[in-house]
Amino acid sequence: MRAFTTIASTAVPLNAENVDTDQIIPARFLKATSRDGFGKNLFRDWRYENDNESRPRKGFVLNDPAFHGRILLCAKNFGCGSSREHAAWAIKDYGFDVVVSSFFADIFKNNALNNFLLPVTVSESFLNELFKAVESDPSTGVTVDLAAQTITLDKKNGPALSEKFDINPYKKTCLLNGYDDIDYLLSMKDEIAEFENNRITSNI
Amino acid sequence: MPKTLFEKIWDTHVVRTIPDGPSILYIDKHFIHEVTSPQAFKGLEQRGLTVFRPGQVIATADHNVPTLNQHLPIKEELSRIQVDTLQKNCAKFGIELYGLGHPFQGIVHVIGPELGITQPGMTIVCGDSHTSTHGAFGTIAFGIGTSEVEMALATQCLMQHKPKLMRINVEGKLNKGVLSKDIILYIISKISASGATGYALEYAGSAIRSLSMEARMTICNMSIEMGARCGMIAPDETTFHYIKGRPFAPQGGDWDNALARWKTLFTDEGAWFDRELNVESSDIEPMITYGTNPGMGIGISGHIPGMQEIEEREKSSFEKSLHYMGLEAGAGIKGKKVDYVFIGSCTNSRIEDLRMVAAFVKGKQKAADVQVWIVPGSKQVEQQARAEGIDKIFEDAGFLLRQPGCSACLGMNEDKIPAGKYCISTSNRNFEGRQGPNARTFLASPLTAAAAAITGSVSDVRELM
Ligand code: SF4
Repeated sequence: MRAFTTIASTAVPLNAENVDTDQIIPARFLKATSRDGFGKNLFRDWRYENDNESRPRKGFVLNDPAFHGRILLCAKNFGCGSSREHAAWAIKDYGFDVVVSSFFADIFKNNALNNFLLPVTVSESFLNELFKAVESDPSTGVTVDLAAQTITLDKKNGPALSEKFDINPYKKTCLLNGYDDIDYLLSMKDEIAEFENNRITSNI
Repeated sequence: MPKTLFEKIWDTHVVRTIPDGPSILYIDKHFIHEVTSPQAFKGLEQRGLTVFRPGQVIATADHNVPTLNQHLPIKEELSRIQVDTLQKNCAKFGIELYGLGHPFQGIVHVIGPELGITQPGMTIVCGDSHTSTHGAFGTIAFGIGTSEVEMALATQCLMQHKPKLMRINVEGKLNKGVLSKDIILYIISKISASGATGYALEYAGSAIRSLSMEARMTICNMSIEMGARCGMIAPDETTFHYIKGRPFAPQGGDWDNALARWKTLFTDEGAWFDRELNVESSDIEPMITYGTNPGMGIGISGHIPGMQEIEEREKSSFEKSLHYMGLEAGAGIKGKKVDYVFIGSCTNSRIEDLRMVAAFVKGKQKAADVQVWIVPGSKQVEQQARAEGIDKIFEDAGFLLRQPGCSACLGMNEDKIPAGKYCISTSNRNFEGRQGPNARTFLASPLTAAAAAITGSVSDVRELM
C-alpha cells in the first residue's frame, strides 16, 4: 500500500541552495524506459569522483555513514531546473519518503507529490533548527505527521520543536488514501467530453 | 471585471474546479519527446488505457539524437532504444511523429511554433520545462512531469492550481549589441533563479512589442529559469503575421474566425497582478553568466560579485559555484579564454539566430583553438539556412552547421563538452555538468557567443560590430 502515514526517522542534511534536477539525476541517466532503479544514480556527480563508484567523494553527505534515514533536509529552491520526474523517482528509490525545504521549485513539487514523496515546506528558522540539530547529532529524530500537518524535531536536550506545514486538502486526501490524480481524471471522462463539445473548437 | 491575458485563457479551459483543490484544466496541444514519455506510455498500458485524443498529441525525437549523420542508425544503444520506443508508442497509439528523417523533425519547442501548431489562446503542455517557449504566442504553456504526461495522454486534462500573476514591463529601445537573450538574462539576474516561482509571467512593454516572434520565444523560453510556471506575451500583428500560412495555421474562413478571437487576447486595462516589475532597456548591456545557475549573470563589462556583496547564508553556494567554474570572486569576465562555442538549443536555434550569427561572422575567421558547434533547432531551420547560403558563410569562417537536436544543451547525445573546458553557449542552463560532467558553461546571446568564436575569449560584441 503506498498510502502515506506518519514518518518518524533520522534525517540526511544536504545543505546546498538551488539544487537543480540535473544534479539530482544527471541527463545521461535519463535514457531508461522504466521508472525503476534511479536511486543508485541519485546525485551521481556529487557522490563519486570522475563517475567512479569505487571513489566516493569525501564530504558529500550521502557518503557519510553517520547520516541515513527516510527524510532528506534541503536548502532553499530545491529541485529547480528541468522538469524530469526522474529526480523524484531517484530520491524515492534511494529510500526517502519526505523532503524538507524552505522553498521548492514548482514542477519538482508536483512530481514529488505524484510519486508519494512528500515535500514539506517549513520556515527558514525551523529549517535552520533542523539542520543544526541533525548536523550536530545524526541520531536526532524527526517526525512528519501528514494527517496533523506537523513536522517535529525531537530535541535531546529540551522540549521537542514542532511546526505546522501547508498542503492542499485535495492532495492530502490523495496521499493519505493512496489515490492519484489520474484516477480522479479518469472518473471525469464524460464531463471532459461534454466540455469539448460545448466549447468553440475551431482552432483545434 | 478587467481580466489578464492569463485569466482569459485559463477561464475558458477549466472543466471543473475541485472545492479547496486544483482545477481540471483542458489541454489543447500536448507535445511529447522520447525522454519523458516512455514511462507514461508504460503506465497507460499497465492501467489498460488508451490515448484519449491522439490527434492533439504531437511527437518528435530531439533530446537524444545525433547531430551528424542522422541517416545512420543511432550508435549509442540506450539512445537508440529510447527513440525506437517513441516510434513504437506513437504507432501503437495513433500519434503523429516527426521523427528522425522527417522534414518536420526538430526540437519540440522549435517545431510547434514553426509549423503553426502553436496558436494564441491555447493551453499547451510537454514533459519538458521549456514548454514556456510557446507562451510567446499568447498561450498558457508549461512543463510537466511524466506522471502528468500520462494524465494528459489518458484524459487530455491536468490538475492545476491557478498560479499568481506577475507582469514584467520592459520599456525603451535596446542598446547596440543587445538581443532578447540579454533581456531575459538581465531579468533573471535581477530576480534570481527562484524569484518567479509560483507565478505565471506576462512580458509587456514597448521593448517586448518591438521584438520578432523568434526573439519573444527566447524570452518566454527562459521563464522557467526564474522558477515561473509559464511566461506569455499578448499576441499582436507580429504574431498573426508569423503564423499565417504555416502548415497547421487556420485557413480561409477559419483564419478570419481565429483572428477575431485572437485579437481579444490581451490584458485589460486595470487588470490585477500580484506583482509588477519594471525594466528599462537602456540599463541592459550584453549579458553573460559566470556561475552555475542562470541567475548568476552580469553585464559583459561588469565583474563577478565580490565576496562582500554576497549574503551570508548564500556564501557557501556562491563559493562552490565559482570553484566549479574556476573563476575568482570580484574578477572581470572579459578576456576569459573559451574552448567551445555552442550556438543552438530551444532558446536560440531559430533561423533568425543563425542569420544574425552569419551576418556577424561573414568575412571573419574563427579563433584557431576554439571548437564551434552550430546546431539548428529543426530540419526546416537547417534547410532554410542551407537555402540562404548560411552554411557556406559558416564554413568559410571555420564553423560547421550540424543537424537538428538538443545537442550540447544537455549532452544526452555525443555532443558533450569535456571536463574542465569552457563553453560559451546560447542555451538556457549553466548547471554543473549540464553540458557534460564537469563542463563549464557561460550562457550568452548568439552574438556574444559568435564574438567569442572569433576572438577565442569572452568578448564585448559591441567592439567588433
Ligand atoms: S534544447 Fe535543451 S532546454 Fe531545449 S528542450 Fe532540448 S534539452 Fe531541453
